[in-house]
Amino acid sequence: MSRRLTTGGSRIDRSRPVMITVDGREVAAYTGDTVASALLAADHPLLSHGIYSGRPRGVMGVGVEDACAYVQVLSGGGEPMVAATTLEVHDGLAIERIAGRGRLPSDDDTARHDTLYSHAEVAVVGGGLAGLRAAVAAAEHAEGSRVLVLDDGPVLGGAAADLPADSAAGRELRDLLARLSGLDEVSVLSRTTVTGSHGHGRLVALEQRPDGVAKRRLHHVQVDQVVLATGTHERPLVFSDNDRPGVMLACAAADYVTRYAVLPGERAVVWTAHDAGLHAAVELADAGTEVVAVLDVRETMAGPLAAALVGRGIALHLRAEVTGTDGSDDETGRLTRVHTTVGTFDVDLLAISGGANPAVELFSHPGGRTRWSEEVAGFVPDVPAAGQVGREVVVGAAAGDLDVVPDWRETLQPPATVFRADAGDPELVFLDPHRDATLADLRRAHAAGLSSVEHVKRFTTIGTGADQGRGFGVLAVGILAQELGRPIGEVGTTTYRPPYVPLSFGLLAGRNRGELSDPVRVSQVHDRVSHAPMEDVGQWKRPWYFPGTTADGLEELDASVAREVRAVRTGVGMMDASTLGKILLQGSDVGVLLDRVYTNLFSTLKVGKVRYGVMCGPDGMVVDDGTTARISETEWLMTTTTGNAAAVLDSLEEWHQTEWPGLDITLTSVTDQWAVVAVAGPRSRDVVAALAPQQDWSAAAFGFMDWREAPVAGIPARVMRISFSGELAFELHVPSWYAAALWDAVAEAGAPHGITPYGTETMHVLRAEKGFPIVGQDTDGTVTPHDLGMSWAVSRTKADFMGMRSLARDDARRPDRRHLVGLVPLDGTSRIVEGAQLVAHGADLTTFPVAMAGHVTSAYPAGHDGRPFALALLDGGRDRVGEVLDAVDDLVPLAVRVTGPVSYDEDGARRDG
Amino acid sequence: MLRIPCPHCGERDATEFHYGGEAGVDYPSDPAALTDGEWAAYLFVRGNPRGWFRERWFHAAGCRLWFQVERHTVTDEVRTVREGAA
Repeated sequence: MSRRLTTGGSRIDRSRPVMITVDGREVAAYTGDTVASALLAADHPLLSHGIYSGRPRGVMGVGVEDACAYVQVLSGGGEPMVAATTLEVHDGLAIERIAGRGRLPSDDDTARHDTLYSHAEVAVVGGGLAGLRAAVAAAEHAEGSRVLVLDDGPVLGGAAADLPADSAAGRELRDLLARLSGLDEVSVLSRTTVTGSHGHGRLVALEQRPDGVAKRRLHHVQVDQVVLATGTHERPLVFSDNDRPGVMLACAAADYVTRYAVLPGERAVVWTAHDAGLHAAVELADAGTEVVAVLDVRETMAGPLAAALVGRGIALHLRAEVTGTDGSDDETGRLTRVHTTVGTFDVDLLAISGGANPAVELFSHPGGRTRWSEEVAGFVPDVPAAGQVGREVVVGAAAGDLDVVPDWRETLQPPATVFRADAGDPELVFLDPHRDATLADLRRAHAAGLSSVEHVKRFTTIGTGADQGRGFGVLAVGILAQELGRPIGEVGTTTYRPPYVPLSFGLLAGRNRGELSDPVRVSQVHDRVSHAPMEDVGQWKRPWYFPGTTADGLEELDASVAREVRAVRTGVGMMDASTLGKILLQGSDVGVLLDRVYTNLFSTLKVGKVRYGVMCGPDGMVVDDGTTARISETEWLMTTTTGNAAAVLDSLEEWHQTEWPGLDITLTSVTDQWAVVAVAGPRSRDVVAALAPQQDWSAAAFGFMDWREAPVAGIPARVMRISFSGELAFELHVPSWYAAALWDAVAEAGAPHGITPYGTETMHVLRAEKGFPIVGQDTDGTVTPHDLGMSWAVSRTKADFMGMRSLARDDARRPDRRHLVGLVPLDGTSRIVEGAQLVAHGADLTTFPVAMAGHVTSAYPAGHDGRPFALALLDGGRDRVGEVLDAVDDLVPLAVRVTGPVSYDEDGARRDG
Repeated sequence: MLRIPCPHCGERDATEFHYGGEAGVDYPSDPAALTDGEWAAYLFVRGNPRGWFRERWFHAAGCRLWFQVERHTVTDEVRTVREGAA
């Protein structure tokens, strides 16, 4: 049976029928319908089930105040728990009913979402009469002001759009729209819900675009002035079994008639506490519903509304209340009977309206405070957020103005404040249908001693559903106030926070998803190495290892790394080191700055030399390490850890600008300007000599930590003798444009020596064998240079350096501090697990807590000798070499022996080749 | 969204900036002369008033200038802005 009326329906287009699928069955609708209106028209009111109770739930509201009708969208990639009252239909839309909560679709969300940024002088939130008046006034009176109107409906006008065109409201609406269309500086965003007011004139809004390529847009709006004309949300009344399909908000029921030409019931009882409910009763009756009784909690009622009811032969019962309902025995549980204080009625619709809650959510987001108004029977804006003073104004019904619609002004009767908490079975009085929370839950919270509305909310979950208590929330506060015996204004509302309506993660991400979710940085050599598996290092992609081809296919990680390590230890390897952070420091005072930020002395460094340095924070903990080369008297090149370059540059900028602005220094990031290829291994000198034969590369002429300018394969280059592997090694720095040419030239010159490209994994193994820590992996912000065994890099002669005072504290000198040590498995073969905890050997792991002595920071399956080894931080570790401990991973212990951190070439004999 | 008036670039979203905490906390001229307590106070103890607060901002994603603003911590109103952030 169709409940669609033959005429009317301001929002539907009968010339454009639409077919949607609900639980696998086709349902006919019109363009402009929502899922809720389409289902009501098809007399298909059952939508979902209570999340815990399993009770059938129908459509209760007409917009975002609905707390019942959520559906699972199956089409278009799918989406869980969408409000049926705001979801517009389109061909191919497929949904199914859900029991309380939706489920995440298993496939990727393929829907396209866009992000837009807008700027205007004035934003008007809400396109009802109050908002449109404000928009026209702003645009007409402030020449050149850009005005942005954001309205969540498909058409402007708010309540006025649902009134007859020849009414005063209808005429004013037509006039306002005509004036708006003549104002070039006014933009209107329909179907756009402002989801957050973030202060300083910033709004975030969700735009639905049923016909768009991108179905949704997220708008970031920056304005000078925000006008909140957000209107009201209809508040229900409660009684036993108030959640049945067939119980609807009265104004919502009338809106289904005027907007969608849907008759929500054949026979109805209307129960109200304010005039809007009476208006709704008249509209329902005029549309064809047999209104058998209208109950009003108020004591008197006069004027045209009462006369209109009498004129239609509708009985109006004052001081009357609904006490409960009965429903059908089938699975739909539909309303069949209403029990009231004036009799029992067999009806299929109970239309209720307990008042209008001013929509103060956006006013509250930045910190605005509300107060209870008896006159409005609702919480109204009181003290605006401090940061919004002068930037924000609330107008119309949202401000508690009862006089917005001109036709209603003259005859308005004051609303009643009524919450009703004393009738019926409290287990069946639902105060949040979406959360299935009841009056009994609220009483349990009270009995448990909770009196703050915030605590009761968390205890009962009332107001935490997808509807955020827009309809029921204030009602629940009122009932809580009655239970507590305190005025409702004193109890107050819970805190409203963004987002006002749910936002999907896909929308928040917009187009920045997948490969675009984070910028990807690749080195200038990337083209030559992109076939290698990559490791993410910060935003950089770095070759992880270079698998060779074997009879069984490509090498696995371990085999490849073993081969790469062997090449560097016995022959020669090459690595792309371009991602190293590089900072150019220029000026006559660079040495002074470096002496302050490095723990060791730099100002004495001679042109042509490179020095390794450790940086600490003022708290004495290691923050970075790297080398700095002196290029000329006034120019220095600093390298930093790959992932830490920006932080080091920021820190240098900060100290220079804020503490020592008098120093003559300029800092420039040159990470991307220089490409670096490291050539490492005992044969590396042969390769470099082949590339630059005109130079003397002998250890005597070009020592460790020397650098010089020299053409390499005809490319202008800076060659540095720096080693991160312990082997003889050369770093070749060239302007980025030459990166690929350099890589090719090194590969060609190295070919006779079997040069082997190696990746970050091999680099880690090589450095770990030498006990070189990686800041951020082997350190964690609690580690001093002394803890790392790097006291040699800490100056004793400088007057001060960053961290010096902290390192002088007694605590920094404790002998039992956690030191960097090496570990080998006692059995010589078992793999140590990175992150494993170090405990006493044989410690009982079943009795907690187990005393922890440290943890494994780096672990590798094989060093140069093919055996597993690791680095670790261990309490008093330097004095525990030789001791046996258990490295525990997931409660599985592995016996390990403590060694020094250096497990290869302890004397450093290999660095000169 | 807090809007920060950079003295060089004008008012921008706070996301372009790094917050630098309380202004006017100078690096001690002779850290070695301080007791552990005095040094800890320099390192860790900062004002957190309800009201006007002089603080440092760094236009990290812009002109990279460090500067000072006087901001009201309740209203987020900015009273004065000046370059340099000693």
